[in-house]
Order: sequence, then C-alpha cells, then structure tokens
Amino acid sequence: MDFDLSDDQRQIKDSVDRMLADAYADLKTKAAAQKEPLGFSKAMWAKYAELGLLGIPFAEADGGLGAGPLETMLVMEAIGRNAAIEPYLSTVVLGGGVLRHAGSAAQKAALIPDVVAGTRRLALAYQERQSRFDLADVTTKARSDDAGGYVLDGEKVVVLGGDSADTLIVVARMSGNRRDRSGLGLFLIGGTAAGVQRTGYATQDGQRAADIKLTNVKVGAEDVLIGKTGDGLAVLERVVDEAIAAIAAEAVGAMSSLHDLTVDYVKTRKQFGVAIGSFQVIQHRCVDMFTALEQARSMAYYATVMASETDAMERRRAVSAAKVQIGKSARFVGEQAIQMHGGIGMTMEYKAGHYFKRLTMIELAFGNTDHHLSLVAKAGGLIAPAA
Amino acid sequence: MDLRFTPEENKFREELRTFFTTEIPASIREKVAIGEHLSKDDMVLAQKTLAKKGWAAPHWPKEYGGTDWTPIQRHIYTEELQACSVPQPLAFNVSMCGPVIIAFGTEAQKKRYLKGMYDLSEWWCQGFSEPGAGSDLASLKTTAVKKDGHYIINGQKTWTTLAQYADWCFVLARTDPDAKKQLGISFILVDMKTPGITVRPIQTIDGGHEVNEVFFDDVKVPLENLVGQENRGWDCAKYLLGNERVGIARIGMSKQRLSRVKQLAGKVMNGDRSLMEDSRFAEKVAAVEVELKALEMTQLRVLAEDAKRRSNMPNPASSILKIKGSEIQQATTELLMEVAGPLALPFLPDEADFGSGDHWAAPAAPAYFNFRKVSIYGGSNEIQRNIIAKAVLGF
Repeated sequence: MDFDLSDDQRQIKDSVDRMLADAYADLKTKAAAQKEPLGFSKAMWAKYAELGLLGIPFAEADGGLGAGPLETMLVMEAIGRNAAIEPYLSTVVLGGGVLRHAGSAAQKAALIPDVVAGTRRLALAYQERQSRFDLADVTTKARSDDAGGYVLDGEKVVVLGGDSADTLIVVARMSGNRRDRSGLGLFLIGGTAAGVQRTGYATQDGQRAADIKLTNVKVGAEDVLIGKTGDGLAVLERVVDEAIAAIAAEAVGAMSSLHDLTVDYVKTRKQFGVAIGSFQVIQHRCVDMFTALEQARSMAYYATVMASETDAMERRRAVSAAKVQIGKSARFVGEQAIQMHGGIGMTMEYKAGHYFKRLTMIELAFGNTDHHLSLVAKAGGLIAPAA
Repeated sequence: MDLRFTPEENKFREELRTFFTTEIPASIREKVAIGEHLSKDDMVLAQKTLAKKGWAAPHWPKEYGGTDWTPIQRHIYTEELQACSVPQPLAFNVSMCGPVIIAFGTEAQKKRYLKGMYDLSEWWCQGFSEPGAGSDLASLKTTAVKKDGHYIINGQKTWTTLAQYADWCFVLARTDPDAKKQLGISFILVDMKTPGITVRPIQTIDGGHEVNEVFFDDVKVPLENLVGQENRGWDCAKYLLGNERVGIARIGMSKQRLSRVKQLAGKVMNGDRSLMEDSRFAEKVAAVEVELKALEMTQLRVLAEDAKRRSNMPNPASSILKIKGSEIQQATTELLMEVAGPLALPFLPDEADFGSGDHWAAPAAPAYFNFRKVSIYGGSNEIQRNIIAKAVLGF
C-alpha cells in the first residue's frame, strides 16, 4: 500500500504541470487558441509531443514510453487543473487505447509513431444519436466486401476531437440487432476519406467534436482492427473504462483548482465590511467542497488502479463506482463554486465557469451518475451479502 | 503507487479473522452484527480475550501491552475487528485515557492504571461534557479546589457513557477559576466509589441506558490523581481527542452492516420480488457502498501519509473520516430499518421479548435512533467542519 510517485512519474507530473500552468495562465491565450483552425493550439500539441506525453501509454516497442494508467492520470489531472482543451483524451486515451488493445503489429507500426510525434490525431467514433450510454447500441453497418475489407454506412454523433482527427476509429455492426453485444467491429478510416462527411462544432466545455456521416466508406483489409470475430464491444468497454479513469483524474484536477479558487475568493471578497469567508455558512460549504474533492480523488486513484484489472466484471464494477463518486462530487463542487463566487462566477472572463462547464460535461460523459449507479447495483454492489 | 495489500498483510488479516471468529463467542458477535445492546459481561469477556492475546490496544507502545504493528496492520486490525463484529475494546480505556496516561502520566500512574485499562478489569468513563459545556468544552464549570492534601471536586458531568459500569472516571475540572477558559483546567482521575458521586441514568431515544449524568458533591480526590501539570489538562484533552480519530470512520463496521442489509433485503419480499431486487432500493444501497469505498481509500491515504510523517499531530484530513464515516454509519442503520419495514415498529427493549421469526428486526429502529449520536459525539460534525476550515483551508 503506497501512494507515492516514482522519480520518473514525478518528472512527468512536474513537466506537464509546468507546461500547462504557463500556457493557461491567461484566459486570453485560451480564447485565441480556440479561434485557430483546429480549435486548439497546434503549437501546444507539438509541446505535448516534445515532452513525450503523447507516447505515455504505448509500449516502447511500438515507439511509446511504456508507461501506464498512473502516468495518464498525472497528465489528465494537469489538464483538468488548467481546463486545457487539447485533444489528449480523444487521441491518446480513446484512439490510442483501441490501437493498443486491438491493433495488429502492422497497424501499430503504421500509426503509433505518428501519434507519438504529434503528427497524427485520432478520434473514436462509437456514439450514435439513439445510443445514449449503451455502448452496444450501434446501427452503423459494416458490410463485408468479400476481400477482407468492409463498407461502412451510418452516422456517429459527438465524436470527441472528430472534427479534425487524421484517423477515425469507427465502431460498426457487422451482424445482429441494434443492441446485441456481439457482432461489432472496429475500423480505421481516414478523416477525409471518400464518403466521410463531418460536421464539426465546439462543445460546452470549449473543446471540439463532430457528427460524422458515413456513406459507402471503404475500409481495406489492412484497416480492420476487429472484424470477423465481432467482439469489438469488449475492446470498446475496456477503452471506455480507461477513459473514465482518465476523466476521473481530469475532474479531480478541475475540482482542486475550482476549490482553491473559491477558497481564495471568499477570503478576499468583502461584503458588509468583512471577507465573506469569515461567515461560517461559507466556511462549511468550502469544507463540504473539500470533502467532495478528497472523496473524488480517492476514487480516481481507485479507478486508475482498477482500469487495468484483467477481470472485466471487476474492472467495470470498480470504474462505474468511481464514475458515480466523480459525477456527484463534480456536480457539487461545480455548483457550490459558482454560488460562492456570485456574479463573477457567471462570466466567461473568469476561470471558475470554465472548470464548472468541463466538470458538468464530465458528469455526462461515458455514462452519467445514475447510469453508473444502476450498473453498480445490477452488478451486485461492492460488498457481498452476509452468508 | 500500489494500492494492494502485500501477501504478508493478507496473511495477517487471515490470522486475525481466525482468532476473532473462533475465540470471541458467536452470540456476542451476533449482537454486534444486528446492533443489539451488549451487556457489561459481554464487553469484559471480549476485551479480556483480546488482552490475553495481546491485541487489546495495538496502538499502545509495546512495553505497556501494545504492538509494533505498522499503521496498515493497525488499520487491518480495526477493520477485521469490525468486520467480524467483535466488540471494540472500551474506547475510554484504550483509546482515550490510556494514551493520556502513557503520554502525560507519572511512572506510578502507569503502573497503577494501565493494566486495568488494558484488560478491562477496571472500567473507565469520561467526565468531560457538562450541561453548559458541549462543543464549547473549555467553558466547563466543574471545580477542583485544593484542600488538606486533596482536590475537592464539585459540579456536574453529563453524557457520561456507561458510567453505571465504571470503576474510574477521568475528569476535566477547573483548578484555576481566574485563568481564562482552557488555561485553568486539570485532568484528574476519580474513583467512582468515592463518597459524593451520584450517577443518574439518562434514557435515550433508542430506549437504551447508555449515558448518564454524574454529580460531584464535595468529592475528595488525592492530589496524586492529577495527570500532567495542574492547569494544563487541556493539553491532555486535546491529545485525547486527537487520538480518538483512530478507527473513527468505522469502515469495517459499515461494511459489515451493509453486508447484513443486503443479506436481509435478499430475503424480505417486496411484492413478488425480494427488496434487493427492487432497483430503487438496490441503488440506494449501491450509493452508500460507493461512498464507503471512497472513504476507505481516503482512510488508506491518510494512513499512508501518517506513516510517512511520523508525527504525533493528527492529520487534519482525518476530520473527513469523522464526518463521512458518521454519515455512512447512519445511512447503514437507516437502510436496515427500511429493510425491517413494519417489523421495525414493536418496541421490545428486552431481548427475551424479541420472539423468534424477526429477531433481527427488533433492534433495527433502536440502532437507527442510537446512531444519531455518531455525528454528535467526539466533536460534532459541525465542529469537525470548523476544524477543517481552520486547519486545512486556513480560514
């Protein structure tokens, strides 16, 4: 039992912390980056690559750093702490996750070095308009072309980073009915391949996503990640669990910034001739925020450790439990922070709102609190009944 | 970072579990499991058994019967003790007064008192709270005046837990009426058989008799019963309240309660399905389980940090353990009462009246009522928030 970081981990943490704290010190820089063609700063993305952050989860043999969920947690926490908008989650965690778990040696060799170098961004197109939080609810069709390749037709929505990703990873149904757990394939397609129609937009938290229409999109045999076996869902679930652990850490970063910001604010904001932080009602709310933050931090650690659990049932149960805590804490910390800031919390010129908006989207991402609570309950909870 | 227990730690846990479940009578553990009141004999038997094994106060120094266990081992001990529904060694003895004597007492006091505290051959109670001094403990009014080689104690204490069984009481009394608040208080050991002491029972909302008022009327106490320096009793009190954090989250107990809730809810029918199959109820249970898992991880973080700091000061983050731990304990009693449903209604303070079929249901409501105390005692949750506000957030 030990919560310490190794020297290497500390080094990663220090470098990503410093890089993002500098870059996001001024909200004007962020606003300017959002106006760039990609919706974020290309130069910043190059810095991620320079520091080796884009290679974290990939095996050294594939050109990565050979690090794991803990290192990813450190990066995601820093991203959260600064409300950063670079597509790390979509490229490295989601897209990269699928490559790691389902890519062939050739596919990995073709893609991972570019991802690590910052010259190729990925997006995972799994969600559909009707699917809500059900990962198996897929109607996008993959028809075999009888030459080992497939033809894709359908529509994906809210694909994170999907508006500008160089490579899309598409979940499509090869057989079975809409919500069947089997019959799902995973396919690589170019972001601008023939038949791909992307409608990009900004998301509530200042990041980018796209709805993507696929019409007769041809996938060569070399770009099939999961084909005939039809067990794409297991890979998708695993990657989404890793992503939940990652956004749990991001949420912890965002909550800790928001908490600090709020505590500082109420200590300096004067009304009735005194700092409003001298009122017990404010102090106790800050303490409740602190408690919610620490409980969330504990569960983010738990998710990070359990995300690589080999027993899928145990992994899913633990990650869902973590998402419940993260969702509850994020909602509470976010709302309290805005309330205690008063009017200033409502403005885009101030950082609190940026954190609040990201936290609110994190609650909704990959299954909201109610969804995961229901999963935990259906899985029999975390404690066995007495014999 | 590695959040797993080592194989040695798991083996240690097994060893404890085997001892607890074979040496502590099942009848006693069953009472704890369903939240039924324990008799004095039950508690003495349990603690004597632990004492004989050398496990009654693992956090004490080895020379006084403690262990050299690591903080993680001590955590495992507390968790297993609670998971196996073993009655906790009397907190007034081993968690409160014992550590104060060890830290502040004279050699003679250590020799005289520690053994009796350890094996519960002497039962201690706490003379802190007064009718006018609850959260604001330092406003206490009980006085100890020096006269003819004795302290003469006058005043009233209240919420004195299990004073009806007690042989001794550790009392905070004002020895300097002119000093301000905390400065004129002393920590004094009082033999409950001394003339002038009256114990009056208080019946609580659960129907039980757990707490008392204790009146001191010209009670003569030898000067050598002072612990630490005169007028510096507040140091002892602060130290004691800090030590009280050990195991305060009661994570093992809440786990045990939840496993009991789930077992019983799996049997109780709600329409044509068991209550546990009712998604609303199952999700309510799951929500508490998630909070508890988070708290368990928080506790481990606090432990890991404490082990590194090697400092005597309690970690301020441990106040979280008190707040959340008490809320979760209360939630578990609420769930158990919900499982009992209409069977929770009969008021049967005597075990003999329980009947056969719904043995578990009779104490459900009393346990719920009784557990309202856990967010009040040991520094109410509002006081805990004040502590965090000051110590962690710097208000």
